[in-house]
Amino acid sequence: MSDDHSESVSAAANGLSSHHEGGKETVLGSEIQAKIGQHLRAMYDDVVRQGVPDRFMDLLSKLDKADTPSSEGGGRK
Amino acid sequence: MSRFDPTLRDEIIAAIPNLRAFAISLSGSVDRADDLVQETLLRAFANISSFRPGTNLPAWLFTILRNLFRSEYRKRRREVPDSDGAFAATLTSNPDQNTHLDFEDFRAALEQLPSDQREALVLVGASGFSYEEAADICQCAVGTIKSRVNRARKRLGEMLALDDASDFGPDKTTRAVLAAERT
Repeated sequence: MSDDHSESVSAAANGLSSHHEGGKETVLGSEIQAKIGQHLRAMYDDVVRQGVPDRFMDLLSKLDKADTPSSEGGGRK
Repeated sequence: MSRFDPTLRDEIIAAIPNLRAFAISLSGSVDRADDLVQETLLRAFANISSFRPGTNLPAWLFTILRNLFRSEYRKRRREVPDSDGAFAATLTSNPDQNTHLDFEDFRAALEQLPSDQREALVLVGASGFSYEEAADICQCAVGTIKSRVNRARKRLGEMLALDDASDFGPDKTTRAVLAAERT
């Protein structure tokens, strides 16, 4: 519950206060930091949205079969 | 051998898209990233008994992937990242047409970061891990992760501020208007 601590932690997590070198720099800096966060997530999420490529589903079902020999045979419907 | 728990299987599948995004940011290549993910899955299955149920499965998988990347990287000895930009190759759409140029600048800047800073930034800023989880994954102190993330943000900020500064200068139209008013 110590506010002085949590404040600096959450500010750092938001990427909004990486440095305090001069007033204008900080305002411009925080805009850029917000943009960095947005771009980073947009880039990452674009890959995430592609889901699971077939090769990995194939790999997993092979591993599954190797693991449980009893379910071998008419694997697919 | 071990029974393969279907719940665990589903959780592993759910982690794959994130593993790919992280692998691409590490390796700079989609093909290498997918090989890394495949190797990670094989490794995870082989060592599934060492995973403690109820603990953080994504963090466990990320740790395996990062270790594989590091050991492969050391073996190769050469530092030739794909400068084409792996994220570019995977992009299905621009997040926003208007910010396309910004986005290009950003990607180029990100690829110039030292790899330890880039991975820390991606883990905390995109994968959604806490500083503590990122420190576990990278096997370093929490303070080290924080300082890497801060240095990464500062460096990116400097690189992007330079680009932005040129956007704020008077453009041709403004200069033309100013010139016209003088006559």
